[in-house]
Amino acid sequence: MTFEQALSRLDEIVKQLERGDVPLEVSLQLFEEGTQLVKKCSSALDRAEQKVTILQKGENGEVTEQIFQGGGEDAV
Amino acid sequence: MNEQKIFSVSELNAYIKALLDGEPLLSGLYIRGEISNYKAHSSGHHYMTLKDENGVLRAVMFRSDAYRLKFRPENGMKVLAHGRVAVFARDGQYQLYIDELIPDGVGALYVAFEQLKAQLSAEGLFAPEHKRAIPRYPARIAVVTSPTGAAIRDMLRILGKRYPLARVRIYPVRVQGPEAPAEICEGIAFVNHYRLADVLIVGRGGGSIEDLWAFNDERVAHAIYRSEIPVISAVGHEPDVTISDFVADLRAATPSNAAELAVPDRVELLARLHASEAQMLQAERHRLEAGRQHVKALAEKRVLQSPLNYIQDRRMLFEHVRERLISAAGRAVSEKKEKFVRLTAFLDAMSPLKVLSRGYSVAMRENGQIVKKADELEAGERLNIRFSQGGALCRVEETRPDRRAT
Repeated sequence: MTFEQALSRLDEIVKQLERGDVPLEVSLQLFEEGTQLVKKCSSALDRAEQKVTILQKGENGEVTEQIFQGGGEDAV
Repeated sequence: MNEQKIFSVSELNAYIKALLDGEPLLSGLYIRGEISNYKAHSSGHHYMTLKDENGVLRAVMFRSDAYRLKFRPENGMKVLAHGRVAVFARDGQYQLYIDELIPDGVGALYVAFEQLKAQLSAEGLFAPEHKRAIPRYPARIAVVTSPTGAAIRDMLRILGKRYPLARVRIYPVRVQGPEAPAEICEGIAFVNHYRLADVLIVGRGGGSIEDLWAFNDERVAHAIYRSEIPVISAVGHEPDVTISDFVADLRAATPSNAAELAVPDRVELLARLHASEAQMLQAERHRLEAGRQHVKALAEKRVLQSPLNYIQDRRMLFEHVRERLISAAGRAVSEKKEKFVRLTAFLDAMSPLKVLSRGYSVAMRENGQIVKKADELEAGERLNIRFSQGGALCRVEETRPDRRAT
């Protein structure tokens, strides 16, 4: 599941729970699923490290990809 | 009189031509001047004079070079012309054979800019219906820009702070100079061809209008238009505006602004996630509380409070009904019984045998017919009389009918 899909599923769950039109056991399951999604998304945002690469064209015209040095985050 | 060679006109012209042709400086140079007497021939050749305050220079640009013109020359335009100076013998003139013509000075550039803008707008490159939406949560971002300089540094820093989930790929290009447009186009095409990103940022840091000129190039405009990946243009700083900004799916005022537009802010996202969590929690709390109330209400109903009493009540009712049923049934039976006995007695009384036992007898004629009327009989007729016990064969002596009228 992509980040975007996770957020969209979470929105769905919140709407369903607020409408209250599912049986109690189902609502408990949804609550569980929703909390898991919040955990996953939050930790993805907290822990993610930016990945930056640069494409280089070789002499034969072939393109390679390397980690980009320099021009990244300024030292704080 | 000295011995002086006498030249013909052609000889002189040829001499001067050779003189000029032999001068390396004149074989390729830049000249600055203002266009006047401009005429674009149907042949495709452009004729003009270049002038400044002190003189004029005839110039021509042949079709083979003129097709590359990125703007329409006009009288009064200040230009830089590159070419060679040579003699056109037939006219006895030297002139500039232009191979490259570019607008000179800011005013001229603005004119070129306005011309191209009008042209591309008419072609539909700026149409709002054609613009694509920028994805809200891009997983991959491609940046076509210079790999050095403040622009890329600022973009990477802001992208990293706001949304580190997005992978960034840099396609390095020159962002000014004559090779820049081709390289920028190549970058956009490459990213598209290999589908390397969900959103593409094209741009550079601030500079003069000449520095930014590559982003006014028609080829770059078409490359951005053709891009299937949404493009954010990030050229220079406010109020710089380039053709790329008009064609792009979204315009950023600066490279940093492009980074803000391309991705959401993780601080906001985290807040939203926590808000969602709180909403779910509250919804569930309400749900459970409502459930609890419902259970409580049910528990208070009498049947659950003292089930024994309830059962007892029900049993009493049951017994009551049972008794009524039984007595009703009993009554019905005895009534029927009485009726039966009465009927039986009645039948019994009606029985002929009972009648005979009371002393009556039955008289029958010889043919078996029972006698009911005396005047049916004839004297001397034989009759069978039947008694309660036994019978007798008799003969009629005399009939005695009743005197009453029948």
